[in-house]
Amino acid sequence: MKTFIASSPHVARVNRVDRIMLQVLLALIPGVLAMTWYFGWGLLINMGLAIVFALLAESAVLLARGRSPLPAIGDLSAVVTAVLFAISVPPILPWWLTLLGILFAIVLVKQLYGGMGYNPFNPAMAAYVFLLVSYPVAMTNWLTPSMLAEHHLSFMESLRIILDGSLPQGLTWDAITSATPLDEMRGKLDQNLTLDQIRQSPLWGNFGGRGWEWIAAWFLLGGLYLLWRRIITWHIPVSMLASLLVCATLFWTLDPQTHPFPAFHLFSGAAILGAFFIATDPVTASTTQRGQIIFGATIGVLVYVIRTWGGYPDAVAFAVLLMNIAAPMIDHYTQPRVFGHGGKGI
Amino acid sequence: MAVAQASITDRRLWTFHGGIHIPDEKALSNAAAIESIALPRRLLVPLQQHIGAPARLIATVGEQVLKAQMIAEPTGLVSSPIHAPSSGTLVAVENHPVPHPSGLTAPCAVIETDGSDSWAELPPPLTDYPQLDPERIRERIRWAGVVGMGGASFPTSVKLSPGTERQIHTLIINGAECEPYISCDDRLMRERAGHVLEGVRIMHHLLEVKQVLIGIEDNKPEAIEAMRLALTETDMRAYTEIVPIPTLYPSGGEKQLIRILTGKEVPTKGIPAQVGIVCQNVGTAAAVADAVLEGRPLVSRVVTVTGRAIANPRNLQVPIGTPAEDLIAHCGGYRETPARLICGGPMMGFTLRTAATPVTKAANCILALTAEESPDPGPALACIRCGRCAQACPASLLPQQMYWYARAKDLDRIQDYNLFDCIECGCCAQVCPSHIPLVQYYRFAKTEIWSREQEKRKSEQARARHAAKQARLERQEQERQAKLRKQKEAMAAKAPADPDKVGQQKAAIEAAKQRVAAKRAAATDEPS
Ligand code: SF4
Ligand code: SF4
Repeated sequence: MKTFIASSPHVARVNRVDRIMLQVLLALIPGVLAMTWYFGWGLLINMGLAIVFALLAESAVLLARGRSPLPAIGDLSAVVTAVLFAISVPPILPWWLTLLGILFAIVLVKQLYGGMGYNPFNPAMAAYVFLLVSYPVAMTNWLTPSMLAEHHLSFMESLRIILDGSLPQGLTWDAITSATPLDEMRGKLDQNLTLDQIRQSPLWGNFGGRGWEWIAAWFLLGGLYLLWRRIITWHIPVSMLASLLVCATLFWTLDPQTHPFPAFHLFSGAAILGAFFIATDPVTASTTQRGQIIFGATIGVLVYVIRTWGGYPDAVAFAVLLMNIAAPMIDHYTQPRVFGHGGKGI
Repeated sequence: MAVAQASITDRRLWTFHGGIHIPDEKALSNAAAIESIALPRRLLVPLQQHIGAPARLIATVGEQVLKAQMIAEPTGLVSSPIHAPSSGTLVAVENHPVPHPSGLTAPCAVIETDGSDSWAELPPPLTDYPQLDPERIRERIRWAGVVGMGGASFPTSVKLSPGTERQIHTLIINGAECEPYISCDDRLMRERAGHVLEGVRIMHHLLEVKQVLIGIEDNKPEAIEAMRLALTETDMRAYTEIVPIPTLYPSGGEKQLIRILTGKEVPTKGIPAQVGIVCQNVGTAAAVADAVLEGRPLVSRVVTVTGRAIANPRNLQVPIGTPAEDLIAHCGGYRETPARLICGGPMMGFTLRTAATPVTKAANCILALTAEESPDPGPALACIRCGRCAQACPASLLPQQMYWYARAKDLDRIQDYNLFDCIECGCCAQVCPSHIPLVQYYRFAKTEIWSREQEKRKSEQARARHAAKQARLERQEQERQAKLRKQKEAMAAKAPADPDKVGQQKAAIEAAKQRVAAKRAAATDEPS
């Protein structure tokens, strides 16, 4: 009889990397649909391009390293990176910038460090920051949310803008783009306007920028789904959002006219997306539970600090990358007390 | 379930970090009462079935042996004898595959059974043990070859003599049986609760402990009830409690069970006795009762034969040394070709190379899993540092970090992460989404460290031996010199005192020389 010699345990494993990644992708669907609703087809076109580029780039690198690309492609991690990247950049980003960003993310940040599991930096965020620093104009060219826009770009119009940068007849960039709520807030505050004056603008909804607040809410729903399915644990998202909220509340109570209300911080920019989908990237986050709380909480503080006093209106990418550097050290100092090593039990 | 719920005591229970819920699969076999199997024609009895020094064969090959006759004797304090599990002829002592993670072969006594199963004369029952010298009882348990039957196979008599410097206050009886599939302890408690308690009573007497806690996972309500019922019929109620514990793997791990029942943590590298506790398995308790009350050595045990590849999963009372294939045949053979044949449970058991491998004292389960139950996990992917392993680890280790250093062969760093606190329970590997065989890495690293330490010890010993030899040579040389000096001095001291004698000596030497020369001359003159 042939039975094979194998290491314990001998029963079916309960988790699989590709299933985890698939759950992450599923959880992103509500937020992505909401974004498409408010910003048009550009997001989906860019996302499709990003996924194709990412898979090709990953296969090419693996072939060059003499490995079979199939298992790595199959783990869906490159797809997750591509999707997160596409969500983070403006929906009408020229295709070659998407290509550049994805090459940066997959080839440089992920594969050059040894591939899945070895990259110290979150690839999507590293690529985002790289493009933001190198091509600031294209990277801040956000569309106006649909309820405020005069013109709704059709699929073909979006495609043309992405592929050769040509606007439809009679439209100007100013007509279709506008500042993001975070930009708007920063700009107006810098002009010494009070919060009451700033909120006169039709850009504002109930607790954040119109459109944006609902996108964040749908991402929150996806994040809760991940928690429910135990794909992620509460440590990073809760500590990150809580510390952001604490900072925002503190300064807002001190002076509500020059500091945006707490909900604004939570529902603007990439705070929710970052807390549930980006900072939780296991490869680049802290891996101990206490470490994750420190990791998340520090990101929350950094987001507030950079948003309020830094040079860039949104800060999630910077904060996450900064903490990626610190993660190994945090892990080192937050090792759990091992069974039988002192403590109350003995 | 309702039974267990209704009877949960108000005893406070503690928890340990991590652990996992896995389908317990006990229903496959736990309804089958313990049954005996037909006597196998050949028994392969391994000479080492315990931790410690191997037993030394005392029977001779070719000898007729009787059931329960000692065929190998213990060779040290931490050692255990082996008895013939049935009567017949000891035809050989040769190497056969034994149940061992490495798949090694080891010396086994091969007995051709004669079918009569005739017993050797047994020592008298010690039913009056409370009046006897405890040493005598321990000696009986040692004679009977009782070892831990939950898997550790440490000689029981040693564990029951904790010495005087440690105050043992609690005896814990492990009836948790937390590994999926296995039901032998469950059946033992359901069917022979009174006998198990008799054994517990003896151990209680030997250890003079204040309390006895019998921990049973709450997925075995019938066993809990049976034990409770049996307890009411004894005089042990004052100090014994049957404690249902939540079903969570690995609550049956010795350190985990102690933590659950007492809140105490056995210190790292330590033993339970350091926190005043001794832990014994229910099967061991029954074997102690056999030995003391009936004078019977440990020659058979209950084994669960299960898994979906087995036609009729059962619990069998089997002579030690019975090949696994005989057990499987008794259970109707295979329903389908098993993907893995395992000795022990699915979480910590190890694969058997061949179904001819015999059952030992520690073998609680023969598990034949189908490809569906035990799918090939596929090639391992990279660790994504998701931390699921650390969440599941009952020892609160960071398996992902240990894996990292095991791969890098950094044996020092991996010890900084407390590799030796790993109990190899497999929780980490079970939840790892990258399907990394983590336990295998830890076993490998432990073996590497052990062999490295052995090397170091050896080279240190060699160095010490060399140094000792040098010192000895030097000392001998000095002694020789000293002797010569002394002789010279003695002579010098004597010489002036008696010049005549010196002169006489010289004359004598002269005379002798002349004699020799004369002899030589005569010899050469002789015709050849
Ligand atoms: S569960 Fe597996 S993939 Fe996750 S951290 Fe542990 S070893 Fe790495
Ligand atoms: S096998 Fe070791 S490292 Fe893995 S969960 Fe068990 S004790 Fe922890």
